[in-house]
Amino acid sequence: MTTTFLLIDLPLILEKFVLILVVVMASLGIAMYTTFAERKVAAILQDRRGPNRAGPFGILQPLADGMKLFFKEEIIPNFSSKALFVLGPGLAMLTAIMTSAVIPWGDKVHFFNRDISLQIADINIGILYIFGVLSLGVYGIMIGSWASNNKFSLLGGLRAASQIISYELAMGISLIALLMITGTLSLKEMVVQQQNGYWNIVLQPLGFIIFLVCSFAECNRTPFDLPEAENELIGGYHTEYSSMKLGFYLFSEYINMFISSVVMSTLFFGGYDVPFFDEAAHADWGNWLALIGIAALMIKAVCFIFLFMWVRWTIPRFRYDQLMHLGWRVLIPLALFNMLVTGGVILYFFNK
Amino acid sequence: MQALTNRVKEVDRKPLSFMEKMYLPAILKGMFITFSHIFKKKPTINYPEKTRPFSPVFRGMQILNRDEEGRENCTACGLCAVACPAEAITMEAAERQAGEEHLYREEKYAAKYEINMLRCIFCGLCEEACPKDAIYLSESFAPADYQRKQFVYNKSELLIPNPKEDPEAYKKALGNRAKPTTNA
Repeated sequence: MTTTFLLIDLPLILEKFVLILVVVMASLGIAMYTTFAERKVAAILQDRRGPNRAGPFGILQPLADGMKLFFKEEIIPNFSSKALFVLGPGLAMLTAIMTSAVIPWGDKVHFFNRDISLQIADINIGILYIFGVLSLGVYGIMIGSWASNNKFSLLGGLRAASQIISYELAMGISLIALLMITGTLSLKEMVVQQQNGYWNIVLQPLGFIIFLVCSFAECNRTPFDLPEAENELIGGYHTEYSSMKLGFYLFSEYINMFISSVVMSTLFFGGYDVPFFDEAAHADWGNWLALIGIAALMIKAVCFIFLFMWVRWTIPRFRYDQLMHLGWRVLIPLALFNMLVTGGVILYFFNK
Repeated sequence: MQALTNRVKEVDRKPLSFMEKMYLPAILKGMFITFSHIFKKKPTINYPEKTRPFSPVFRGMQILNRDEEGRENCTACGLCAVACPAEAITMEAAERQAGEEHLYREEKYAAKYEINMLRCIFCGLCEEACPKDAIYLSESFAPADYQRKQFVYNKSELLIPNPKEDPEAYKKALGNRAKPTTNA
């Protein structure tokens, strides 16, 4: 028993544990300030100022919002299924955070004579894992809407779920075209390839646009925010929720947004690659190189988050049938066409 | 159908062109318009650091007036209480005693004078009804408070500062109602 215990690589477990802690805390913190940035960006785009009273320039506003949600009364409806009611927001939050496990946040750092790669799990099916977890995200919404024992919640949840699964298909097909080029599912490999060659946006512009539109739909952001709009109008899947459970649902949406931005910048914009910067020539900078990579990734993610908000406050939302029409009858043929053209080009030019 | 006026515009019901059907060019145009709003001037005023100026006839909180020697003008005649449509003013009269000539102008004065700010609708009818120029509505408004009974303002809170003791505060509170000083 003790020999098997000694065989476990304790430093590795410790390092992964610390990495998980750091990544989860950072995701939560960034999602918190994304809520603040949403209000500020919305205000600036609408000719007004955002919240600027809580702390200098309103920096402490998300803390105030979080405390407000904590102090509210927890209401659990009498006739709902109590276990499922509590499970719903938990599932939504779980799947939102689980995706952050396979993203390469930076290059290697060197601490305590060990090379620590800044990726929690470098599995060779990286993208497929993200896709699987994304599909699990539907469960959180469906369970939440079913457990509310409310017909309006059920209808809202059905619409949200159908929207998500319709746009997952187009996302997957556009990813297949990307995978044909990179030849690997592992995210780390993709970033290394983009470091050495061109960013994937140059090779797959149409695929990027399809992926972008689909990730808008996955995060329930305008113009696809029918589940959210229904919350303002009738109900939607989080009518019956209050206090921290509601906070979890809303927060998981922002974490989803952040993770989608990071995934998009990893797949198409080079991840932690700094453009026009030769990493191999500056290998003697050591840990600072990894820091620059992390900063580059964060800047790209922030640009995408700004894009999410920018589009939200520009265009009105789609009707449900327009949404379904777009997902099934426009995006899927477009993604298939993209895949066929990519396959054709690869076969013609590179496999003579 | 016959048009009713000659300003009728025909609605354009042509099917969408290819550029319009793609949605994206129109969305990009909209996004540029939204982006340009970042650089426009914001009309927000940072209250309470800056305030919007009120007009000189703004009807705010009531002030009980004094004359130049510092004697209270109010004679507790009750015309303001009768004129008030919300019945916010109550008062009790008292007789001026021998040694109090410097405090009150006439022989009758208001011993207790209360205005219930929660009832007051700031219409200004009390100012119009007063025959002695004793009450007027100033430019400040009643501040917020936590309890209802704090909103019943009594005479000491409503009185203007005494010009004999505190001339600057008196002048500031009087504002633009000061009578033009004649060359004497």
